[in-house]
Amino acid sequence: MAISEPVVVSQSGAADRLARTWAQPRGFWGWFQNVHHTAIGVRFMVTSFIFFLLGGVLAAMMRWQLVRPEHNAIGPDLYNQLFTVHGSTMIFLFAVPMMFQGFGVYVVPHMCGTRNIAFPRLNAFSYYIYVVGALLLWVGLFLKTGADAGWFAYVPLSGPEFTPGKRSDFWAQMITFTEVSALGVAICITTTILRYRAPGMTLNRMPILLWEKLVTSIMVIFAMPSVMVVSSMLLMDRTINTQFFNPSVGGDVLLYQHLFWFFGHPEVYIIFLPATAIVSTVVAVFARRHIFGYVPIVTSVVATGFLGFSVWVHHMFATGLPQMSASFFTAASLMIVIPTAVQFYCWMATIWHGRLQLKLPMLWIFGFFFVFLIGGLSGVMLASVPLDWQVHDTFFVVAHFHYVLIGGALFPMFGGMYFWIPKITGRMMNDRLGKIHFWLFFVGFNLTFFTMHFLGLHGMPRRVYTYTPEMRWGALNLLATIGVVFMTAGILVFIANFFQSKATGRFAGPNPWGAGSLEWATPSPPPHYNFLELPTVNGREALWEAEPNQPIVGGVREDIPEVLVTNTLDSEPEYRDELPGPSIWPFLTAIAVSIAFIWSIFSPWGIAYGAIPVVITLIGWLWPRGHSPSPRVPEPALEARWIR
Amino acid sequence: MDPIRERPVLDVSGLPTVMFGKANTTWLANLLYMMIEGTMFALVVASYFYLRTRSSSWPPGNLPPTLGWGITSGAIFLISLVPARYAQRVAPSGDRSKIRWGLLALAGVAVIAMVVRGFELANLNCRWNENAYASTVWALLGLHTGHLITEFIETVVILCVSFTDKMEGTRLADVAINSDYWYFVVVTAILSDFVIYGTTRFL
Repeated sequence: MAISEPVVVSQSGAADRLARTWAQPRGFWGWFQNVHHTAIGVRFMVTSFIFFLLGGVLAAMMRWQLVRPEHNAIGPDLYNQLFTVHGSTMIFLFAVPMMFQGFGVYVVPHMCGTRNIAFPRLNAFSYYIYVVGALLLWVGLFLKTGADAGWFAYVPLSGPEFTPGKRSDFWAQMITFTEVSALGVAICITTTILRYRAPGMTLNRMPILLWEKLVTSIMVIFAMPSVMVVSSMLLMDRTINTQFFNPSVGGDVLLYQHLFWFFGHPEVYIIFLPATAIVSTVVAVFARRHIFGYVPIVTSVVATGFLGFSVWVHHMFATGLPQMSASFFTAASLMIVIPTAVQFYCWMATIWHGRLQLKLPMLWIFGFFFVFLIGGLSGVMLASVPLDWQVHDTFFVVAHFHYVLIGGALFPMFGGMYFWIPKITGRMMNDRLGKIHFWLFFVGFNLTFFTMHFLGLHGMPRRVYTYTPEMRWGALNLLATIGVVFMTAGILVFIANFFQSKATGRFAGPNPWGAGSLEWATPSPPPHYNFLELPTVNGREALWEAEPNQPIVGGVREDIPEVLVTNTLDSEPEYRDELPGPSIWPFLTAIAVSIAFIWSIFSPWGIAYGAIPVVITLIGWLWPRGHSPSPRVPEPALEARWIR
Repeated sequence: MDPIRERPVLDVSGLPTVMFGKANTTWLANLLYMMIEGTMFALVVASYFYLRTRSSSWPPGNLPPTLGWGITSGAIFLISLVPARYAQRVAPSGDRSKIRWGLLALAGVAVIAMVVRGFELANLNCRWNENAYASTVWALLGLHTGHLITEFIETVVILCVSFTDKMEGTRLADVAINSDYWYFVVVTAILSDFVIYGTTRFL
């Protein structure tokens, strides 16, 4: 396409028109009708952060119980609920909703250069359904019906025989809620990335963050159904006496483990890949250069997506598998180190060859390098069957996966927060408080979890509520508990920093870090129409490589919420699509679905009767109303043209 | 801020506002949805074969499901491809009358399929709580029945829309996409039939 001669573009009135068109309702009921990705993205982040804090409180309670031998602060029954709800909260209610949904929903449409996420009502529905699922688990805990069979709820322990009552049912339906939410968002994000990219942003120029979000979304699509199937089987075994996991009539408990980990291991990458997306983004910005090895990194991300599905059995090495399959999954587990290592080397090379600015987000990325490397190395150790057998179900494993998950998700998450909060709130976070937060958290984390490696090697099993003095685990446990104090202090400093910055922080301006991706072309905070002038893209870092007079997109209607749809490979303009506006129906549908799901815990007929309001609300949601759809342009598809 | 600037413009005002087939974003979302649901079917079928290895005979102590209803059901699903394809073909023309007839025929076949499904469930020759085999067979057919009912309701709603003046523009594309989803229901029906009626006879 030839570059045009400039034409006069008048924006007088356009901002007002767009603001009117894309306005979201205000007030109490307006809150439930908002379908803009910035609002829903922030809600995902805030809600999941609240559950992170709640999960943290449970962790602190567990550490308090373990602070010395034969401590009597918490009994075994409550302790079981604490570790189960802690793990379930951190994985299902915090890590995925924060790393995948929160960051993804907020950032992806901006990075694509469009005005909203695809299927905004589905996106809003996904948020509400997540909140109900989260509340279900926690209300259960407060009603002494907290799930207590571990975060993966293995049968037969979680089955009808060993866990009567409703504890496992609450857990199983929480899974359904949160997975429906993640799947809905995966559809929105995949469609946005593949079809809403600004003209010029070919696949080869797509920011690495978008690549990672795309791969993560596809992983969600193939992994989440597995845990939905298995948690539904568990629920049916418990409520309508199916026999999937009952060995006396042909069922099999290992079937549960296979299905759970077929989801469970990809889940690790569903959490980790969005984190590496943050790392790749932040490293390039603060090394002040393009990311080194764009193609190897993208290839590694895609390879991780595939390999992530071929290692699930390494969670089951202690179940007496045939040696052949143990060998295969050991090899696969070792192989998955390769793409992650490639990414690591590319980040190192980017820093090495760049002009490093050690600002706050970058500090957290260095924390990630250190912590995740240790977690990765203990992971390589665990991939080997003999060692895995020795430390299976001990605190060594607890230490490993906290190094992987906190190192691989929480450190980049805080880096990402310090990086994007100026965009979200329009104000900078305090640098000094941010550094205090980092060091408190870094020291506290290593104090708590590094000691757990030794506890595990000394034989301390996980999920025991106490231990005797003769085991000599007291000193290390005390040290681990002291670490929690540091981490808690760090988190409190972060919260204080956030509120202080929101009230009195320095104004950020559109691009405080001098970053290259398109979200930094919007004002901070962005208006609901995101971009006054829809951008076109000239290279992988859109803002760094923009021509002085980079063309803009014209001809997208401003009187209706319309977006430009481009094709998948080359992002050539293809058609203009009108997006649905604010609506209360996604919220009402979420309530109806919630009633059906929760009812089904108590009666199988809940699904049948509950389906009636679901159908009614879905019709309310989808029934066309308002103005007639835009008439079709009668002639065959016209080519977009550069005005001369 | 200077309200008037000189910028080259990529003018997209002449582009269409409705696309049919894979250019449509809802088509993509529909495909992704089918990937999710297809994975669920695959996992239930995988569980079925996994559980097969845990029993010495198959079906374990039950008669196989009655073949006649399986064949009838499969045949109805194959026949339903005709109205589904017809609705899809006439959708771009915007001819509401043809669209209504296509959707009406599709909804009618779906009703017949649901009735036959009832007989299928009654003739599986097992109850879901007898053993793991029975649970899996019921789960597979139940999962498919859920899809059948969903697709029936969707078709009826679009049929209702076709009686209003809202049946234009992007709603026409929805008619075509609805048929895509019906194809998915048919393919999964045939595969489920093969597992339930076929493998119980030779495994």
